[in-house]
Amino acid sequence: MQALPKIINDIFPSPPIDETDRRLIAATQSGLPLTPRPYHTVAEQLGLKAEEVMARMQRLLAVGVIRRIGAVPNHYALGYRANGMSVWNVPDDKVVEYGQKIGALDFVSHCYQRPRHLPDWPYNLFAMVHGRTRDEVEEKVSRIARLLGRHSRGHAVLYSTRILKKTGLRLSKNS
Amino acid sequence: MDARDRLIINELQGGFPICERPYAETGAKLGMSEDELIARIDRLLATETLSRFGPLYHAERMGGGLSLAAMRVPETDFDRVTQIVNAFPEVAHNYARDHELNMWFVISTEHPERVDEVMDEITRESGYAVYKMPKEQEFFIGLRLEA
Repeated sequence: MQALPKIINDIFPSPPIDETDRRLIAATQSGLPLTPRPYHTVAEQLGLKAEEVMARMQRLLAVGVIRRIGAVPNHYALGYRANGMSVWNVPDDKVVEYGQKIGALDFVSHCYQRPRHLPDWPYNLFAMVHGRTRDEVEEKVSRIARLLGRHSRGHAVLYSTRILKKTGLRLSKNS
Repeated sequence: MDARDRLIINELQGGFPICERPYAETGAKLGMSEDELIARIDRLLATETLSRFGPLYHAERMGGGLSLAAMRVPETDFDRVTQIVNAFPEVAHNYARDHELNMWFVISTEHPERVDEVMDEITRESGYAVYKMPKEQEFFIGLRLEA
């Protein structure tokens, strides 16, 4: 039984975060300590009480500043070296239904709704498909096509040919 | 990597608890001790099987701006435009892709208004349109490894 994907909607306004939240984010954005009481370890580093650290993280999770807490796999290291960005033209009133279904597929790591740019770019649903080879990606893309059936009005698969720049997202401590 | 590592990767892409002994609590659910879970995560990080373990923050919800963007750049002008785009500190990742829209990058800014400014500046300096592709909705569950 597959859990339903979580939908994160970006239309709601950003919740307020204060200076202490920012220090907490800066201290944990590269990872949680691998100690038996990791939130206590973070609290010690920041000179806060562990209860406060946990309460603040609960709140950041509840309001969506933290998307999730857990393992972030390195797809490339896991042998998934042929990664295709599949893009789909799906009727607007079907995007949520099919976004959830496609997001729930084992081989899809990210699934997003994005705006069309007609007539140049008709695609509104993006699904990152991971496979060991390009053939495997193509086979998985055809499974998405079958799942969408008549609701797919066209699709494309974009493979990255070169990394032109790669740096981590930066978070400033005071903005 | 063995079956227990795969279990960690498949079951722990979210939902790690916020409590005093989260590794002990999660380990109990996965059928391993606190020590074993910590040691396995440590090794998965050391071998770069995991790129990170901990909270994944949502940049847009921290008050900043973030958007994917794409451009259609002729091959003959590709290197010049790459230099222009990459020179912006707000451009985090940039990939060449095999499509008419052949340059795809992520713009990450401290203030949301700056995203559009960066796109306008790139258009002005390069002479090519920038297609803004912000995320409107995310459907997430994560990748699952086959046994």
